[in-house]
Amino acid sequence: MTLIGWAQIALVLGLAIAIAIPLGHYMAAVAGGRVTFLRPVERLLYAAGGIDPARGMSWKGYALAMLATNAAGFVLLYLLLRLQGMLPLNPQGFDGMSPWLAFNTAVSFVTNTNWQAYNGEAAASYLSQMAGLAVQNFLSAATGIALALAVTRAFVAGGVKELGNFWADLVRMTLYVLLPLAIVLGLAFVALGMPQTLASYVQATTLEGVTQTIPLGPAAFQIAIKHLGTNGGGFFGVNSLHPFEGPDAIATSLQIIAQAIIPFGLALTFGRMVGDVRQGRALLAVMLIFVVAATAIIYSAEAGGNPLHIAAGVDALQGNMEGKDIRFGQALVALFTATTTGASCGAVNAMFDSFMPLGGVVPMFLIHLGEVLPGGVGSGLYGMLVFALLSVFVAGLMVGRTPEYLGKKIQAREMKLAMLAVLVLPAVILGFASLSMVLPFAVSSLANAGPHGLSEMLYAYTSAAGNNGSAFGGLTADTPWLNTTLGISMLLGRFAYVVPVLAIAGSLALKPRAPESAGTFPTHGPLFVGLMAGVILILGGLQYMPSIALSPLAEHFSMLAGKTF
Amino acid sequence: MNTLFRPALTLVLLLTLLLGVAAPLAMTGVAQVVFPSQAGGSLIERNGQVIGSALIGQNFAEPRYFHPRPSATTEPDPENEGSTRAAPYNAASSAASQQGPTSAALLEAIRTRVAEAGLTPVPADAVTASGSGLDPHISPENAARQIPRVATARGIPEERVRALLAQYIEGRELGLLGEPHVNVLRLNLALDDLR
Repeated sequence: MTLIGWAQIALVLGLAIAIAIPLGHYMAAVAGGRVTFLRPVERLLYAAGGIDPARGMSWKGYALAMLATNAAGFVLLYLLLRLQGMLPLNPQGFDGMSPWLAFNTAVSFVTNTNWQAYNGEAAASYLSQMAGLAVQNFLSAATGIALALAVTRAFVAGGVKELGNFWADLVRMTLYVLLPLAIVLGLAFVALGMPQTLASYVQATTLEGVTQTIPLGPAAFQIAIKHLGTNGGGFFGVNSLHPFEGPDAIATSLQIIAQAIIPFGLALTFGRMVGDVRQGRALLAVMLIFVVAATAIIYSAEAGGNPLHIAAGVDALQGNMEGKDIRFGQALVALFTATTTGASCGAVNAMFDSFMPLGGVVPMFLIHLGEVLPGGVGSGLYGMLVFALLSVFVAGLMVGRTPEYLGKKIQAREMKLAMLAVLVLPAVILGFASLSMVLPFAVSSLANAGPHGLSEMLYAYTSAAGNNGSAFGGLTADTPWLNTTLGISMLLGRFAYVVPVLAIAGSLALKPRAPESAGTFPTHGPLFVGLMAGVILILGGLQYMPSIALSPLAEHFSMLAGKTF
Repeated sequence: MNTLFRPALTLVLLLTLLLGVAAPLAMTGVAQVVFPSQAGGSLIERNGQVIGSALIGQNFAEPRYFHPRPSATTEPDPENEGSTRAAPYNAASSAASQQGPTSAALLEAIRTRVAEAGLTPVPADAVTASGSGLDPHISPENAARQIPRVATARGIPEERVRALLAQYIEGRELGLLGEPHVNVLRLNLALDDLR
């Protein structure tokens, strides 16, 4: 670790927070329908769909509208991927994807996971990328934000049945937040060297006379929304490591900022909407504690280098460089990794599979903690609110009072639903990963032997269920078993989580908002921040300790003992 | 049902037209006008022929050129259907080794590369495969170690090569971000232009 490395981290993270503050307030205005500069477009969409944006929806109505929109998006994307061979804008003549792969990919992009079992430049047509994958990048992100707004509204007032209008939330977040940011960022990305063209791949003849095929495409715009929407699905196979997807350290820094600003900002949007900005700041503080701690651990592990390689004559100065490109440096790799897995983005600017054991365990553990630090756009905030409820419940147990959050009494029904949501992740991750480790045809997908192989499998289901999308990429994921079970994991991780959360919101919205009294446990001070961080670590993380001990930790100690596999 | 699926389908279709067709096409149009070179892939041409992209590394094996980092990209094996064979810097399919820190195969590969590199310790980037398989850069230390070989192969004094390399070391972006690096293709093009 170097001082200049820490300066890079401080600058980029500081910029992300500086942008998130005004953005959070702006998103609160958008959510309230107070931003109107694209009113004609908005009206046209509502009219065509027969939508009355002022009509409120109950939690069930909101959930159904969300599921219907996502189902429509899934069908359209599945068809595009299957039929891309017959459709236009396919200069490389790629065939349609197999049913397994198309199912996995469509689920992956609709659930904001963006796990990639395919290699972009070798399997997806320009039309599939532009009109299929990129559109879902927008819509799944807007869906997440809409859900977070619905949950937020449950705390705004008392005795209401309605959580807002899903379609109006979706349209407004797309038109006023995601699209303008993506246009600005997309143009910046082109200037930095990302292609944005419909021309077919170029055949170059290298200085040594070899033919090299250079892939191109309408990449920059899609990459912009991929980060802003914390989607993470790369235009190219190796994601933001590809020189066209991460051309330099400025581009990688902008990507870090882009994937953090909306999740950070939404915490502040929450504070503003419930009329107490301190509440939003407390949530943001919890997020930042984990992002900084995770960055420090990754940075230290990766910059230290691999002792086995150093003993073989490799200079320790650059740290562990396997699976990394030169231009980003270890500091920005560490911050990128912490934000991409903390934020449920899943883009990568280094290969996690080749990380040091203690570097690789951090991204996995951040997803285990529930994808809330800061979490995906929207999903991060509603996940955080579940943990906030759990925290006040734990605090309530300790002092023997009925727990309250923002004046809303937290009772048995809410706690049962919260536990249901929180248990989805471990059940899916540990269930499918252990099943796969005893199935020979699943184990044959592993690229590495020993404890590292277990890490690869565990990471795959962790990433899918957490809707992250990053990978220990050695795993051969394009098989019927993995495509199908990972697809199911993504669906459960998204929808089996959010439906109970919406039910909590519906139940809380009905309750009166009690005024603060002398007995109220404040949920904005350092005490609550510390308590909540502890609850996330213990309730979110403890159940994974045995599997983590068998994979990255076992590998770490094997490595120190000089053992290879 | 009509109140549920009509809005859902209409929104998905209309937003697909807006976000998936109109917006990217407009972006492409603007990008082609404002940043034509970058939007087209930062291609480098010599005598009307494309010789590569400034951003995409290419393989150099001849002693008269600076060599890039090891690359783990592959291509389909024509003799053995369904399997692949090593093809460094195959830009048609970016890939990393995906070998873990306790991989015996990786340790073996690194030992072989260190032995070929000579004097230890060897800069890490010279003996590890990049993440993209297309890393266009090497570290300044890695480049400096290659000066004697390049100079001998070209029959020119080491000092000239060293001076040229010094011009091609790119510092951190904005003086702060990333790490110093050398673009191998640009440096080798400049070497060819020396005479």
